[in-house]
Amino acid sequence: MKKFLIALLFTPLLALASGGSVHLDKWPGSVSDKASLQSGAKLFVNYCLNCHGASYMRYKNLTDLGLTEDQVRDNLMFTSDKIGGLMAVAARSDEQKLWFGATPPDLTIIARARGDAGAPKAGADWLYTYLRSFYQDDKRPTGWNNVIFENVGMPHVLWQLQGIQVLNHETHKLELAVPGQLSPAEYDKAVSDLVGFMVWMGEPQQEFRKTLGVGVLAFLLLLFVVAYALKKEYWKDIH
Amino acid sequence: MAAGNFEKYKSDGSVGGNVLEWVDARFPATSMWKGHLSEYYAPKNFNFWYFFGSLALLVLVIQIVTGIFLVMHYKPDASVNAYGVPVAFASVEYIMRDVPGGWIIRYMHSTGASAFFIVVYLHMFRGLLYGSYRKPRELTWLFGVGIFLVLMGEAFFGYLLPWGQMSFWGAQVIVNLFSAIPVIGPDLSIIIRGDYVVGDATLNRFFSFHVIAFPLILLGLVAAHLLALHETGSNNPDGIDIKEKKDENGIPLDGIPFHPYYTVKDIVGVVVFLMVFSAVLFFAPEGGGYFLETPNFYPADPLKTPPHIAPVWYFTPFYSILRAMVWNFFGLDAKFWGVVAMGASVVIFAFLPWLDRSPVRSIRYRGPIYKTMLTIFVICFLILGYLGTLSPFPLGEVVSQICTVFYFGFFLGMPWWSRMDKFKPVPDRVTMK
Repeated sequence: MKKFLIALLFTPLLALASGGSVHLDKWPGSVSDKASLQSGAKLFVNYCLNCHGASYMRYKNLTDLGLTEDQVRDNLMFTSDKIGGLMAVAARSDEQKLWFGATPPDLTIIARARGDAGAPKAGADWLYTYLRSFYQDDKRPTGWNNVIFENVGMPHVLWQLQGIQVLNHETHKLELAVPGQLSPAEYDKAVSDLVGFMVWMGEPQQEFRKTLGVGVLAFLLLLFVVAYALKKEYWKDIH
Repeated sequence: MAAGNFEKYKSDGSVGGNVLEWVDARFPATSMWKGHLSEYYAPKNFNFWYFFGSLALLVLVIQIVTGIFLVMHYKPDASVNAYGVPVAFASVEYIMRDVPGGWIIRYMHSTGASAFFIVVYLHMFRGLLYGSYRKPRELTWLFGVGIFLVLMGEAFFGYLLPWGQMSFWGAQVIVNLFSAIPVIGPDLSIIIRGDYVVGDATLNRFFSFHVIAFPLILLGLVAAHLLALHETGSNNPDGIDIKEKKDENGIPLDGIPFHPYYTVKDIVGVVVFLMVFSAVLFFAPEGGGYFLETPNFYPADPLKTPPHIAPVWYFTPFYSILRAMVWNFFGLDAKFWGVVAMGASVVIFAFLPWLDRSPVRSIRYRGPIYKTMLTIFVICFLILGYLGTLSPFPLGEVVSQICTVFYFGFFLGMPWWSRMDKFKPVPDRVTMK
């Protein structure tokens, strides 16, 4: 019995320990910042939407970011000529598999898929860390590797913005060997915007959902007052 | 108290009255209304635990109504579309994005699945607290166990439909379990899948089971559960029979008509439930990654096994019991004994009415033995549930084995320990606490 109780006591601790996760940087952005989402959308269609699709998402829905249909058409629509079209890339998964060793996943709901049990929103942190953790590695066919996704098939598509990082094998830390077009702070902001866009795209109505939720709960609170008063009235003679 | 011996409705001469009289002469409208609602006498001392029966009915209605709308847009099709995504998976995202109001219907259905189990577990716990399964309510309890079994099947079939990674691999693991049954196992698992692997045939038959076969059985069992309950009358927190003390009209002294008393009371319960339900639906629809598991946001990929396949939270206590069996007995594989233990851990609830030998029903008049045993049982159930969400690890295995022993010990030892307790005298009339 004693052993059993001791085992009980340590179960949650062991569970945490067995998780064995890498340290993730917290995504600093927010899905309510429209300007940030717009800049993220721009980065997304320019850098991601060549290999990865976002095939559950329609261009028209980008107007929810405060853009007009014409702005979307002129600046963001590269893979379709219909505003109601999906943000998909033409299927060439066989070729991609040949080039990268794996088919690049669809990114529409990647921020949700990368979450964890107990922390469904951690997907944003993972993406934010991942996109800032590429380093030069001549042993890899693409010349790139990633600290939190070892031997990843994806090359560092944002390297011109970030510059070239190398892994210091003594400190196990990343160092910027060649500066890019953006300063480290600017690059972090750009990645944060990009991640923000992917978080938003994972569930475009998420802000509306919360707003509606407040209204629904307020209504239910009122209904509770009425229902409780009704119950009290009926039950006043029951003892 | 059951429907039957009520006078037929007599019209007051108005049009509505005439119509009702015409109907009532041909259909038991009045007798059903009176027998099940306005003259169904329920004990007046129902407490918090008595909300969960009507809430289970509410969730059933939510699931059926939202399900009807989901089926209008969902496509049970495992083939890939032009963008390399399975049609079924894409159709769920289509509902979430392009169908007006689709996201709210879908979240209601996914949150409703977990809510169903929360409500049903609490409803079953109420039965354990107050001995509701005891004579003469054994059939009500058995229909209830049947509902629980069918609900588990319904949830299992439904979980495959979004065709995500966890849908696919969860179904793969569970269907493979059947192959552990000697002789017929391998063929049985092929019959269930309709294929050698989980595929389009599996998806289509699970869809059929989920939207037609199991809901029909479920509705039938719910009707039987309620009819049996209304035949015997409800138990109450004191576990005493209110029918023993009646007034001159034959109405139980401690009984009040279900309608309007419990209908208005249940409305309060419904509103509170809807507040909790809405809080999850609108602010945390993933339920912390337990109601909607994050790997299920990847489409099913038969070539990529997820590192950790966890069933949804409501199956995890039984899944832990399955994993706890690691020994081969009688030349049969441990996996087979795991399946046997898991099946037994669910079915054993059905035997409760005959395992419990205490002279009183309610925990209020039982002694420290029952309180201790029930507490240990609940703690073990929760630990098993928690461990079932994790990847296996050595200490967890030992703990789950200990908890499994306590779990079965609770039931199998009950004929002895339920008799030995120190009982308190049971009152004649119900108490309002």
